[in-house]
Amino acid sequence: MTTSPDADGPPPEVSEADIAAMHDDPRFAELKRTLFRFIVPATFGFLAWYLLYVLLSAYARDFMGTVVFGNVNVALLLGLGQFLSTFGIAWGYSRYASRNFDPKAIELHDAVHYGEDR
Amino acid sequence: MDILAQAEGSGRTLTMVLFLATVAVTIGITIWGHRYTRTATDFHSGGRGFSAWQNGFAIASDYMSAASFLGIAGTIALFGYDGFLYSIGFLVAWLVALLLVAEMLRNTGRFTMADVLSFRMRQRPVRTAAAVSTLSVSIFYLLAQMVGAGALIALLLGIKEGETFLGMDAATAKIVGIVFVGLIMTLYVALGGMKGNTWVQIFQACVLVGGAAVLTIMVLGQYGFNVSNLLEDAATASGQGAAFLEPGLRYGVEVPGDAVQTMWNKLDLLSLGIALVLGTAGLPHVLIRFYTVPDARVARKSINWGIGLIGAFYLMTLVLGFGAAAIVGYEAITAQDKAGNTAAPQLAEVVGGDVGGSTLGSVMLAVIASAAFAAILSTVSGLVIASSSSLAHDLYNSVLRRGQASERQEVGFAKLASIGIGVVAIVLAIFAQNLNVAFLVGLAFAVAASANLPTLLLSLFWKRFNTSGALWGIYGGLIASLTLVVFSPVFSGAENSLLGEGVDIAWFPMSNPGLVSIPLGLLCAVVGTLTSDESDSEKFATLQVRALTGAGSERAVNH
Repeated sequence: MTTSPDADGPPPEVSEADIAAMHDDPRFAELKRTLFRFIVPATFGFLAWYLLYVLLSAYARDFMGTVVFGNVNVALLLGLGQFLSTFGIAWGYSRYASRNFDPKAIELHDAVHYGEDR
Repeated sequence: MDILAQAEGSGRTLTMVLFLATVAVTIGITIWGHRYTRTATDFHSGGRGFSAWQNGFAIASDYMSAASFLGIAGTIALFGYDGFLYSIGFLVAWLVALLLVAEMLRNTGRFTMADVLSFRMRQRPVRTAAAVSTLSVSIFYLLAQMVGAGALIALLLGIKEGETFLGMDAATAKIVGIVFVGLIMTLYVALGGMKGNTWVQIFQACVLVGGAAVLTIMVLGQYGFNVSNLLEDAATASGQGAAFLEPGLRYGVEVPGDAVQTMWNKLDLLSLGIALVLGTAGLPHVLIRFYTVPDARVARKSINWGIGLIGAFYLMTLVLGFGAAAIVGYEAITAQDKAGNTAAPQLAEVVGGDVGGSTLGSVMLAVIASAAFAAILSTVSGLVIASSSSLAHDLYNSVLRRGQASERQEVGFAKLASIGIGVVAIVLAIFAQNLNVAFLVGLAFAVAASANLPTLLLSLFWKRFNTSGALWGIYGGLIASLTLVVFSPVFSGAENSLLGEGVDIAWFPMSNPGLVSIPLGLLCAVVGTLTSDESDSEKFATLQVRALTGAGSERAVNH
C-alpha cells in the first residue's frame, strides 16, 4: 500500500482518458477476474439456496414440518441456515477481498493517480 | 383482556416521557449536525467521513422499519413461522448489495443512484427517470410508515373508542401522530442533513436493538433459555399446534378444494420472496448510505456491520414473536390490533410485569414503544433524505439547471425539497389513515427490484447498455409493478383491499407483482438497449476502472 489519504492528502486529479487507459492494462483484466471469481459463484450460490428454501416452504410442507429434535423442525433449521450462510458469505467475501482483491485494486488506483514510479 | 388500556395514568405518562426524551436527544444531535453541514457533500453524503461501524449502525437503522420490527414480530405472533420467512428475505437481500452493488456504487457515484445510472448515458432523461423512480419508492414507503405511526401512537397510548388522553380521542391521536412524525423527520433532514441524520440513526439503532435485546433476554429467561419449550408453548397457545411452527398459515395458503387459488397463493409467496431479496439493493435510501464512507473498502465493512446487526435483530424478533404468541396470546393481541402490530409492546408489558411488577411492566412498554418509534423515525428520515437529494441533485441541478447551479443553491433546494416532501407525506398519510396501506411496503420493494436493480446492474456490468435501455428499464419496471398492483386483490375486490370489496377491478391474481414485473423490467431494459445504436465503449472502460479500483472517486471532506 503506497498511499494513505490522510497522510498524503487527496491524490492528484486525473483525466477521464487516464482512467480509461487502465482498462486495457493486463493487470486490470486480472483484477476483474479476481473479483468475478468470487462474486459470480457466490451470487448464483446464495440465490439458488434461497430460492430452494422458498420453494420448499411453498411446495414441500410435509418435509419442512419434519421434527428434528424437541419442537425444532426442518423449516426452522433451514431458516436459521439461511442466516448462517448469509453471515458466512459476508465474512468469506470480506476475507477474500481484503487478501486477494484490495492489494491489486490499490496498486492500480495508485498507478492511475501517481504514475508507475511510486 | 385489554392490557394496554390498563396502562393508564402512570404507564402512559412514562411512555410519553421516555419517548419524548429520546426525541429530544435526536433533536439535540440534529442541531449539532446543522453546524457541520455546509457543502453539498455534507448535506447529501455527510462529508463521506463515517467509519464502518458508524455507517453499519445507520444502515441497520435505515433498514429496520416498523414493518421489520412490529410487523414481523406481529406476523410471527399471529401466524407463526411465516413471519420468520419474511425476515429471511430481508436479510439475505443484503448479499446482493454487498457482492454486486455497494463498492462499485461508492466508487462511481457522488450523491444519488442516478449518478451511477447516468454515468455513460445522456444525463437529463436518465436522471429524470431515476428521480421519478426514487420518489415513487420513497413516497410509497413513507406513506406506509406514517400511517402505521399514526395508528401506533393511538394504540401505544392505549386510547380506545370514546376515551381521551390529554384531550385527544383515538382519531385525533392518529392525526397528531402522523403530523408529529412528519414534522420530526423533516426537521432531522432540513436541519441536520446527512451528517446530523446519520448520528440520529446511530443513536436510534442503539435504542431499537438495545430495547429488543433486553426484552428478548427476559422472554428467554422465562423459559430457562430453552427455545424448544418456548416453541411448544407458542404452538399450543396458538391453537394451531405443530402447523404454527411450519410455513403456510399466512403465505402460500392452501385452500381446500380450490386448486387454482392454492396455486396462485403459492406463486404469490414466490413472488414476495423474490421481491424481498432483489428489492433491498435498489432502495434509494439504502444506496445513498454507501456514499457516506471514505472508500469502497469501508463501504464493504459497513455492510458487514449492518448484516450482523440486522441478522441479530431478526433472530430477536423471532423470539419476541413466538414469545408474544405463547405469553400474550392470539385473543389479547387481535383485541388490540387485528394485524398484530402491537404484539411486541404487549409482550413487553406482560413480561416486564411478570419479572418486576407493574412498574417494570410500564417501563418495558415505554422502552419498546420508544424502540418502535426509533425504527419508524430513522427509516422515514432516510427516505426523506434520499428523495430530497434526488430532487435537488438530479432534477433541479442536473436537469433544470443543466449542472450550472452552485453548491449553495443545490443544498438550499434540497432543504426546501425535504420540507415539501414532508408536507406531501403528512397530507397523503392523513387522507390514507383509515385505508389498508400495508401493501405499500411490498410495492416499494417490488419497484426497487423491477425498475432500479436491473438498470443499476446492467449499467455496471453490460457494455452495450445505453440511454434507451436505462429509460425502458426504469419506466418499464415501474409501470409494470404499479399496474399489476392496481389490478391485484390488494387494491380492490377483496375484503381487506384498499378500495374495499365494493369496487372490483382486479384481474391480476397475486398481491405481489415481483414474479412478473422483475423479469418484465429486465426485458424492457434489454429490448430498449438493442433498439438503440448508442454505445460508448470508452465511457464503459472508464466506468469499470473507476468501479473496481476507486480511481477518480469522490474523497472525504475535512472540516
